[in-house]
Amino acid sequence: MSTEGCRVQVQEAAFNPAQLQDLLPASGAVVTFTGNVRDMSAAGSVHALQLEHYPGMTERSLQAIASEATVRWSLRAVHILHRVGRIEAGESIVWVGVCADHRGEAFAACEFIMDALKTRAPFWKKEHGAQDARWVEARDSDISRAERWQLTRTGDAGMGPCG
Amino acid sequence: MMLTVRFFARLREQLACEVLELPCEPGLDTVAALRASLAARGPVWQQALEDQNVLMAVNQSLAEPATPLSAGDEVAFFPPVTGG
Repeated sequence: MSTEGCRVQVQEAAFNPAQLQDLLPASGAVVTFTGNVRDMSAAGSVHALQLEHYPGMTERSLQAIASEATVRWSLRAVHILHRVGRIEAGESIVWVGVCADHRGEAFAACEFIMDALKTRAPFWKKEHGAQDARWVEARDSDISRAERWQLTRTGDAGMGPCG
Repeated sequence: MMLTVRFFARLREQLACEVLELPCEPGLDTVAALRASLAARGPVWQQALEDQNVLMAVNQSLAEPATPLSAGDEVAFFPPVTGG
């Protein structure tokens, strides 16, 4: 896969998932994931999230995850976009688009990318409710989901063509 | 030469510190050694850094306690990530 096939973006601005999907190259299978900010959490109502990140490491980490996906599966394109800063409830926070010849690769790669992003990419959410703000705790279920991919790992997936 | 040390999210708030520039002294040769040295700054630092869930990065890649340090490195300490 060419270097242009791997794209990562970290931005404050809101985005339109339909417009992002239109930019993906023509291919047999396209799988996209959009994550939205829910208005409720275990801790109560959520008005908005404040997303902190580690500039530099964030982009490197997303690039490494995209690259690892291209090593593990035969893909035509990978695009990851993640917002930072203040994000209102109901707005989209993350988007992943994967193009492949067949659905199996596209589904697997998209899920892998999200599971890896959840446990490796340096983002931190702070929930703003009606009265207070609190840091979101990491969830064990996210770690278990990411670990599933290590069990099925075939060899060491180092830096791929996008690295 | 110096080490740059960054803190993020809850850890940054607990320590009231975003970034430190430290002289790269003999003995500060691994991430674990740096973490122990920072924890000795006081009770708040000790409490924040003894949390086993705290993650570490060297030059913007996730690191282990034994990851070696050299002058000019950028080290970061932060809580488990919660993006996505």
